[in-house]
Amino acid sequence: MRQLRILFSLGIVWALIGQAAGAAAGLFLVRAIRAAANLPPSAEAELVIAAMFSVFGSLLFSGVLTDWLKWCVGIETPLRHGDPDGLPAWTRYFSVDYNHKVIGIQYGVTSIIVLLVGGILAIIFRLELSWPGEQFLTPESYNTIFSAHGIIMIASILLGVGAMVNYLVPMMIGASDMAFPRLNAFSYWIAIPSAILIMAGMVIGDGWETGWVGYPPLSTIDGSPLGTQLFILGFYFNGFSSIAGAINLLVTVMIMRAKGMSLWRMPIFVWAAIATSLIQFTATQTVGAAQLMVTTQRVLKLGFFDPTFSNGLGWPAGDPILYQHLFWFYSHPVVYVFVLPGLGIISELLPVYSRKPLFGYKWVALSSLGIALVGFLVWAHHMFTSGMADVLRIPFMLATLLVAIPTGVKFFSWVGTIWGGKVTFETPMLFVLGAISVFLIGGLTGPILGTIPTDLHLHDSYWVVGHFHATMFGGFVFPFFAAIYYWYPKITGHMYNERLGKIHFWLMTPGFWLMSLGQMQVGIWGMRRRIYDYDPALGIEFTHALITLSALIIGWSVLIMIYNLITSSRTERVAAINPWGSRSPEWQVPSPLPEFNYYRPFEVVGEPYDYGVPGSVYVRDVPAAGD
Amino acid sequence: MSAAATHHDQAHDHADEHGHAHVPTYLETLRANRLGLWLFCISEVFLFVALIVVRFALWGNTRPELDQALGLATTSVLLISSYFMVRAEVAIAHGDRDKFLNSLLVTFVLGVLFLVGVVGFEWGLFGITFGDHELLKPTDGAFGAVFFGMTGIHALHVVSGLFLILMVYINGRRGGYSTERHWGVEACAIYWHYVDVVWVFFYPILYLIGTPVH
Repeated sequence: MRQLRILFSLGIVWALIGQAAGAAAGLFLVRAIRAAANLPPSAEAELVIAAMFSVFGSLLFSGVLTDWLKWCVGIETPLRHGDPDGLPAWTRYFSVDYNHKVIGIQYGVTSIIVLLVGGILAIIFRLELSWPGEQFLTPESYNTIFSAHGIIMIASILLGVGAMVNYLVPMMIGASDMAFPRLNAFSYWIAIPSAILIMAGMVIGDGWETGWVGYPPLSTIDGSPLGTQLFILGFYFNGFSSIAGAINLLVTVMIMRAKGMSLWRMPIFVWAAIATSLIQFTATQTVGAAQLMVTTQRVLKLGFFDPTFSNGLGWPAGDPILYQHLFWFYSHPVVYVFVLPGLGIISELLPVYSRKPLFGYKWVALSSLGIALVGFLVWAHHMFTSGMADVLRIPFMLATLLVAIPTGVKFFSWVGTIWGGKVTFETPMLFVLGAISVFLIGGLTGPILGTIPTDLHLHDSYWVVGHFHATMFGGFVFPFFAAIYYWYPKITGHMYNERLGKIHFWLMTPGFWLMSLGQMQVGIWGMRRRIYDYDPALGIEFTHALITLSALIIGWSVLIMIYNLITSSRTERVAAINPWGSRSPEWQVPSPLPEFNYYRPFEVVGEPYDYGVPGSVYVRDVPAAGD
Repeated sequence: MSAAATHHDQAHDHADEHGHAHVPTYLETLRANRLGLWLFCISEVFLFVALIVVRFALWGNTRPELDQALGLATTSVLLISSYFMVRAEVAIAHGDRDKFLNSLLVTFVLGVLFLVGVVGFEWGLFGITFGDHELLKPTDGAFGAVFFGMTGIHALHVVSGLFLILMVYINGRRGGYSTERHWGVEACAIYWHYVDVVWVFFYPILYLIGTPVH
């Protein structure tokens, strides 16, 4: 009975109930209206309205809107904090909670769960690709699974970025929470129903075949699977999470920094978070517009992307290339949303384990902003073969190659930081070094794709797959894992198992090198993307088998990490206050941090990364008046 | 020595077992709210500019035949509504509650009139035409798609603005705002002006620029 009461106190349970109820309400509403108006039933319209209602239902039932709805009618609500009354403390992690650390953990755990789902999908189609010919997947289900792998991994990365930014930034700048705690919870709780919509698209309505890009005409043509529509709406609603989270973060950094923390004295990760948020809160709108246009074209027959229209009067028709412009105007910058926090983690952790100041702090800080800025000017390099206007090609090639400059600044800073340092190799540092090696592979293979003549040959080949997996793993996955291991003692108060951590690293890193380089090799030899079969005459069977094998190794290594994280929190290995000898403020106080992060406010009196500089101080407690 | 110790204890008084919570003052909250709202406005610029880009990409130097008198009328109504919104905000800042509420009501009515003009007449919900041209249909290729898309997204913002006005009106009647504390009114006003300014761009882009194609 008590278990049942606890179960039905959880926000996540109500979110799921609300989503189902909303979907049912939307479905019956459309049916009733269409029946009343004597219109034939339309599965498409039912699905769209049901999906929209389901997101709203989820938000309403989970309770994340409750305070705002009360404000609408003039009821003031105090911000709830602390453990829930009369319920076990763990339940707050499954319910709407306004503490940034709780929300950060919620983001992180959801990210890893979604990562596992995406990883399982990857392994399913990698097994299919181990041998030429059709094994156990039909071409249609192969299309659905690789498309879902793409968008689900992107959802996972966005959740992971949310985890790092939410957990770390207020702690690093000495704030007790984000500027808008309720909006923060909203950003998380809208990501849940949108992720569910995307996953539902795989099952309901025959999946979808468009890849994660959803290009028309494939996504808008009559008779394309209904799953496409669910994927597009899930994508769309996930954008709310990005925009709200980014605005929240920017305001937090602008006005809630500790005394003395000028912009040039912020931990470097905060700069990365700012650059990420600048992209997220602007570019997301354009892809949202594009997804709305696709939806209106599918449901209401608005011909944004339909070039076949003609009424004999010379009226203009739609243009499918336009979608690609709108889509990539978001989706190229968004890869920098994925990697900038990770690169920030690398810059954050390297000085700690090298015992040296971060080389060129200001340049590293500005390079994040530089990448974000240049990232807005390069989108059409995804479209060199799309048939867009020729005049756009050269400028976009040049702009694309410009990205190498701020990225190079980061690489040289990392080398300069390690150079001559007293380097130690704990698990987080290993993952940082792994990240640099993998990101280097991704970085060096990028200009070859950004250059038009080579891109014309490599476009839509497995080379591209190898390239972006290297950038995503080097820019996000490895640093994310480094961050998890690094802040694990801060989060739980326990030390993870170093031995298992090292096993994880030594399985995953060579596994990844093999996978990424293998993908590039089969790409050069003629393997195309997004297809379930290949010609054995290409001579790529062995490499394909190796890629599948390394994917399995990576999968197992991630399971080792999850095992490590779960078991270590139950052991007696209590972490020291500052196991890494960090100068960052959160490591100067015992773990885990209290509800509002610090018992006493601190002030910044020195440079953040002066490791090894005698007598240097970064933060100290604000002296009480009269001290 | 003892004085210093006392001060020290006082500093700890603000912290309980949850740690030191910085409870923001009204002005600090106001500053955060303003920043957040303006960032939201900047964010939305990208949505509206994307739509404008779509219009120029698809229509180029052409435009559909639209009813100029109706366009001018709806635009005027929306611009005048912004004046009454300013009047409402100034009134509450001066503590004149009746003027505040009346001005809000006028803004609301004008906003509804704008919607009637665009959604009711221009979209052809009432099926009434004024000129000799036929009403544009959503399925009329790029003309229909862009026109309905842009006015639709804008109308969605007008509807949400009207919802905000209604909310502020209800709370204002209950005395929820004072001379010093009326962030709700300010936020509603900024949003309403913002939606208005968007239309100032949309109107010429849809109704005036380009050669009409019959």
